Amino acid sequence: MNASAAQEPEGLNEKRLKTQGIREQRMLLSLAAPAVLAIVAVVVIPVGWLFFLSFLGSDGQFSLEHYQKMIEYKSYARTFVTTFQVSILTTLICILIGYPLAYFLAMLPGRLAGFFMLAVLLPFWTSLLVRTYAWLVLLQKNGILNDFAMSIGLWDSPLKLVHNLTGTLIGMAHIMLPFLVLPLYGSMKKIQRDLMHAAANLGASPVQAFWKIYFPMSLSGMVAGSLIVFVLCLGFYVTPAVLGGGRVVMVAMQITAILENQFDWGAASALGVVLLVATLVILFAATRLLKLDAALFGKN
Amino acid sequence: MSSQLDTQSSKPSTALPIHIQGLTKKYGAMYALDSVDLEVKSGEFLTLLGPSGSGKTTLLMAIAGFSRPDAGSIKFGDDEVILTPPHKRNVGMVFQSYALFPHMSVAENIAFPLKLRGVDSGEAAERVETALATVQLDGLGDRDIDQLSGGQRQRVALARAFVFRPRILLMDEPLSALDKKLREQMQIELKHLHEQLGVTTVYVTHDQREALTMSDRIVVINQGKLTQTDTPHNIYNHPANAFVADFIGESTMLPLKSDGAGKLFFLDHLIESNFKTDAARDWALVIRPERLFVAEKGATDSDKSIIFSGVVSEFVFQGETAFALLSINDQYKLAFRFGTDSSSSQNILQAGDQVSLGLNRSDIIIIPQEDQT
Amino acid sequence: MSWLNKPASDTQITHRDRLWLYIVATIIMLLLVIPTFIVMPMSFSDSQYLEFPPDHWSVRWYIEYFESSKWMRATVTSIQVGILTMLVATPMGVMAAYALFVSGHRAAKALFAFLITPMIVPVILIAIGAFYAFGRVGLNNTITGLVLAHAVLASPLVMIVITSALRNYDLNQERVARSLGATRMKAFFVITLPQIKFSIVTSALLAFLTSFDEVIVAIFVSGGSNATLTKHMFAALRDFIDPTIAAISTIMILVSTILLLATQFIGSKEK
Repeated sequence: MNASAAQEPEGLNEKRLKTQGIREQRMLLSLAAPAVLAIVAVVVIPVGWLFFLSFLGSDGQFSLEHYQKMIEYKSYARTFVTTFQVSILTTLICILIGYPLAYFLAMLPGRLAGFFMLAVLLPFWTSLLVRTYAWLVLLQKNGILNDFAMSIGLWDSPLKLVHNLTGTLIGMAHIMLPFLVLPLYGSMKKIQRDLMHAAANLGASPVQAFWKIYFPMSLSGMVAGSLIVFVLCLGFYVTPAVLGGGRVVMVAMQITAILENQFDWGAASALGVVLLVATLVILFAATRLLKLDAALFGKN
Repeated sequence: MSSQLDTQSSKPSTALPIHIQGLTKKYGAMYALDSVDLEVKSGEFLTLLGPSGSGKTTLLMAIAGFSRPDAGSIKFGDDEVILTPPHKRNVGMVFQSYALFPHMSVAENIAFPLKLRGVDSGEAAERVETALATVQLDGLGDRDIDQLSGGQRQRVALARAFVFRPRILLMDEPLSALDKKLREQMQIELKHLHEQLGVTTVYVTHDQREALTMSDRIVVINQGKLTQTDTPHNIYNHPANAFVADFIGESTMLPLKSDGAGKLFFLDHLIESNFKTDAARDWALVIRPERLFVAEKGATDSDKSIIFSGVVSEFVFQGETAFALLSINDQYKLAFRFGTDSSSSQNILQAGDQVSLGLNRSDIIIIPQEDQT
Repeated sequence: MSWLNKPASDTQITHRDRLWLYIVATIIMLLLVIPTFIVMPMSFSDSQYLEFPPDHWSVRWYIEYFESSKWMRATVTSIQVGILTMLVATPMGVMAAYALFVSGHRAAKALFAFLITPMIVPVILIAIGAFYAFGRVGLNNTITGLVLAHAVLASPLVMIVITSALRNYDLNQERVARSLGATRMKAFFVITLPQIKFSIVTSALLAFLTSFDEVIVAIFVSGGSNATLTKHMFAALRDFIDPTIAAISTIMILVSTILLLATQFIGSKEK
């Protein structure tokens, strides 16, 4: 310990070191500038503009009329209900189908897992338009599914599987499944094998070990995946538009319809803002809850 | 700047001293380095020794230029380098992970600093060969990095760090990834290398044995402060405080009572008769286990030695030495270590034996008593 | 079938015990894969109604596609926009990912979160927002506007891939290089870049695919002679099932599959 620096209020070279540090950080962070500018130009400013528009009445003054319409008009209520319905149902279907698949993949040895993972990745990277089209073709009245089912006697007359809620759910589940399986698989892989060994050693049967230890530890990935699926479903456009046949109206479709038919930017913006706010609220609430969980039960 | 990037191949490099003053680095409210002053002599092998989180690596990184301190001065010789970017400081560096470039061959790795200094390929190839020979890796220049063993990679990292004749060499726990035998072998080799190159070397480790083996001087660091700077011999025999006494070598610490007139007692043993100090504080006696010897029955304190009597509470055979604990008054446990030579093979001592252990007064170490936090 | 009795895990659960899981998982994987590829054979069906299996095989829908100026123009546009997006988003994303990873500054974390927002904001909102804003500056129906929008959608992906690659990389190599005399920039280009090049290629391919397959923003922002393949396909799907779409879909599936397998192959090389 020395006393020479005590004569000055600050340490030796303190100012110059600080300046140098700031300059270096500035130079580094400037590398991120193009990306920042692009996002400001394409996302921040336009969405901000829309936010502003949503509060602009038809008379050009500040007004809440667009938001009021949302509470009053039945068509909006129907859209919100439908959107939530479809999102929740799709998420549930994905969980039911996705968990066994992820578990299977997690149990496989490395090379096999990589191979079978292609079954999840190939659809994931195929255009969703192409996949939606495939379901459109498959589920038609005289499509493959009806033909095949009738030929083996599952049902007698062609079922209406598309241009309705059923078709929409099938298509969306197919598209959303990888979004659930991938994070879930990730968190399952993190569960150390030692834990299952320890459970067996302490007397747990495989079923007990699974429900008491494995399942709770895989929850973080499952919740993350479900969250992603749910939030994506809320804003989804293409698949419900094509497979719903106009009977399944979700928020994104209504926004587009408002713009196409009435060119009412105020109304469309308001609806868009509601969608954004709902998305953000759900994400923040869920991440807060997850952190709470971690705090309550210790490490995940 | 007078310390230019060295391109001359034949002259041995003259080592530089390092002057560090008031070096401070804070993370929030925590001091990683607390106004550190340090003088590294030209050409010496100085080890920064301390537990993890003590600040030793931060200090090394500050010297290298990778950690920007909040205040202070670092001089290489007469040149202030604290504002100099790392690529202009001209120091050789070896990391714990070696950080070899996997997409280059061994020779390309070593030639890298030479290429940056504009050394032409002919001369560079020569110097690479010389460096390889110095670390006993002759002829391995064309190998890929992943074909090398851990020990070989370590040597390539070394060769790369000194091939451009830096006047300062920095090493951050370079041997900790090696197994025990290889590590001990490399410690000696590094020492020889240092003698050969004559370059100022600052070495970081948490292994006190390594520090004692290799260093000209050791700096013991704890919580961002330098606790003691001295030769291995002095640090071992005259630790300045409890931390150093505890961190280096084994020790037992026994509390001492002062009579206010210069006498220090442990129980009823007179330890020191003329203890000069103006600090009003408590003191402790540090005893190195291997300095004790078995005393004859009935021996008592003399002006040559102190005798501790008690009951053996534990005895452990550990190969070339054996370890025992002597219980004094059922209150204090004195550690005792002795060599196991063949003639008096196993049982010098057994648990339950009544024994007297002696300590020569010249081996007495007194340190300030600190509160256990 | 003796393998059924072999243990499938360290806790002595046999394959037979797990059979139900294997069956369920296989069914699910088939359900994932078959619809993805079923269109391919159907595209060779001669009939207007795209039978499976096709009664008569023909390539008439492919011929229609290649002979249609509308479809060809759209294809060229989509490829053009895809390549340009790749060329813009990749450097943009790599620079941002590297800078934020290397900087220890508190702002770096916040900036990273900010740069991920295009993945969080619903795409429909970005689409109509861009449509509105671009309309003001005349960027609608232009290649430039679409590339800009797609680059914004693709760069978070690039950043995530590159950040993951940097995590698996020993950054001390850059420090060593700098201690040996290299500037920051030189150390990056000579030491780091060659070691993450496979990740860079992978993220570039993903950026291309993101743009090539993108529908919603393209519907709003591309148009006229600069309309994309996806925009035309969507319009066709809404109105009636044009069998030419089956042919186009097949081609798009091939492109996606080839690029994905390429990234898997590259990914394995990097290890």
